[in-house]
Amino acid sequence: MANQILIVPEEREGALRKVSFELITVANELAHALGGAVDAAIIGSNVAANAQALATTGIAHVYAVDDSALALFAPETYTTALTEIIRKIAPSIVLFGATGFGKELGSRVAARLGWGLVTDCVGVKIENGALMMTRPIYAGKAMATVKAKALPVMLSVRPNIFPPAPASTNASTAPIENVAVSLPAPRARVVEKVMKESVAVDLAEAKVVVSGGRGVKNTEGFEIVKQLANTLGAAVGASRAAVDAGWIDYSTQVGQTGKTVAPQLYIAAGISGAIQHLAGMSSSKVIVAINKDPDAPIFQVADYGIVGDLFQVLPVLNEELKKVLAEK
Amino acid sequence: MNIVVLIKRVPDTETRIQIKDGKIATDGIAWIISPYDEYAVEEALRLIEKHTGKVTLLCLGPEEAKETIRKGLALGADDAVHLNDPAFLNGDATTTAVVLAAALKKMQYDLVLAGKQAVDEDNAQVALRVAELLDLPHVNSVIKLDLSDDKKSARCLREVDGDRDVAETSLPALITAQQGLNEPRYPSLKGIMGAKKKPIADWKAANLGIDPGSLNAKVEIVRVDPPPARPPGKKIAGDAATAAKELARLLREEAKVI
Repeated sequence: MANQILIVPEEREGALRKVSFELITVANELAHALGGAVDAAIIGSNVAANAQALATTGIAHVYAVDDSALALFAPETYTTALTEIIRKIAPSIVLFGATGFGKELGSRVAARLGWGLVTDCVGVKIENGALMMTRPIYAGKAMATVKAKALPVMLSVRPNIFPPAPASTNASTAPIENVAVSLPAPRARVVEKVMKESVAVDLAEAKVVVSGGRGVKNTEGFEIVKQLANTLGAAVGASRAAVDAGWIDYSTQVGQTGKTVAPQLYIAAGISGAIQHLAGMSSSKVIVAINKDPDAPIFQVADYGIVGDLFQVLPVLNEELKKVLAEK
Repeated sequence: MNIVVLIKRVPDTETRIQIKDGKIATDGIAWIISPYDEYAVEEALRLIEKHTGKVTLLCLGPEEAKETIRKGLALGADDAVHLNDPAFLNGDATTTAVVLAAALKKMQYDLVLAGKQAVDEDNAQVALRVAELLDLPHVNSVIKLDLSDDKKSARCLREVDGDRDVAETSLPALITAQQGLNEPRYPSLKGIMGAKKKPIADWKAANLGIDPGSLNAKVEIVRVDPPPARPPGKKIAGDAATAAKELARLLREEAKVI
């Protein structure tokens, strides 16, 4: 029996988010292993262009619910729209991005259908006919291997782990089917989007993160961290100590009770490396630690360490990196 | 108004997780209320201080979770329900949500508060499943919560993927707490003493009309492993300026991340 794999891509500011293409990669592998094809369900308002973009990625079928009532997110309308598509095509596996959107919609749809849901997967494979998923628990202090006891099941995939499928292939264009859904009047809904001025790059998806800790000393000290982040097009992070001291907004906190990050490059300046913080960042590809204390635990996870004063190191590093980037 | 707060007992976030035979070794662990649930408890207490009413804690967990529930009562919650039945343990998010929803069906509430996720298994789905099972509206990941004067609706600021948006909901509703919602209080000595006298109801499967055989987990953790070990790093020698220059070079030429 063919196994349809359904991906639920995600839009942001009208464009498809990169994680949508990462879902295609994972879905293609599952479809290959199980024998089946990949479909996409796109939900929103004015989704025609993005549905078209999805149709050229080599997937089999695009289902769209395009309704002005979906312009702003409402859990109930989105849940109804997606549930309708799932009931129609009865996929074996449904994939979401492990983003705010994917976690929220996935939870609600899974509950409505009585399906299992495995969130935040960093590994997905078929082993002896069973769907096996790997996911970090305790913010990365341990890795759990989770087995789906049966199909169908839903899962969400952590962004930035899997390579994105090419935006367009030479494959033929998939048919796009608009699905008309009678949407409920939502009792809870987003009424206004408020973009943040303080955070230019989203921490959880950032390719580079520059974080400051207790060693940064004060709010002014964070300027030097922000300057380096600016040079690198990086997100600014912080340890709990810096957040608790009030030097920077709590939304920048990296750690078990803050954001979990996995960038290509993580620069920790003046961070000692409490277990709580290490949990949130130790799956970064390359870690740089700059700290005055040679015995700071952060050096145990760092690929490159400088024992020194961040106020002396960061300005020079900033100027050097500007030069290096200019050479590109 | 009646507020029910979902709380979970989890290992202290300062705990170094040890793994033995493919499982988390729980001996010697200090246990706490999951930090995001603490924000939910704090918000409930503040809402009641402003609008009057009652805060009830709802916790699914083993007998040892009583200690965690007492901590929540010491903060100021009025009473608690402990979903204390071996049949409720070792399930998954699906079964946990079914049990919590069955308990809430027997309770009076205008608002259900919970953390946006527990910090042990990081599932971030149980509370939202509960909302769906009870046909309640929900607002997820809230950092500011204002009730209308008539207490029939709420306006929330949420933080999602680095953005913020404003969401509104009618009540009753389920709202999940994100870091930043408030600054949780510490229990007072009086609170700790008083907590010992506050009622905790023990509910079993039979109390909820649940047939334990019907609690079928859809997924299971088959193994837990330590995270992949990181290879030893390189300390860059020299004064600050020399080391910084060398670091820039290594990031470009060796690590190739710049």
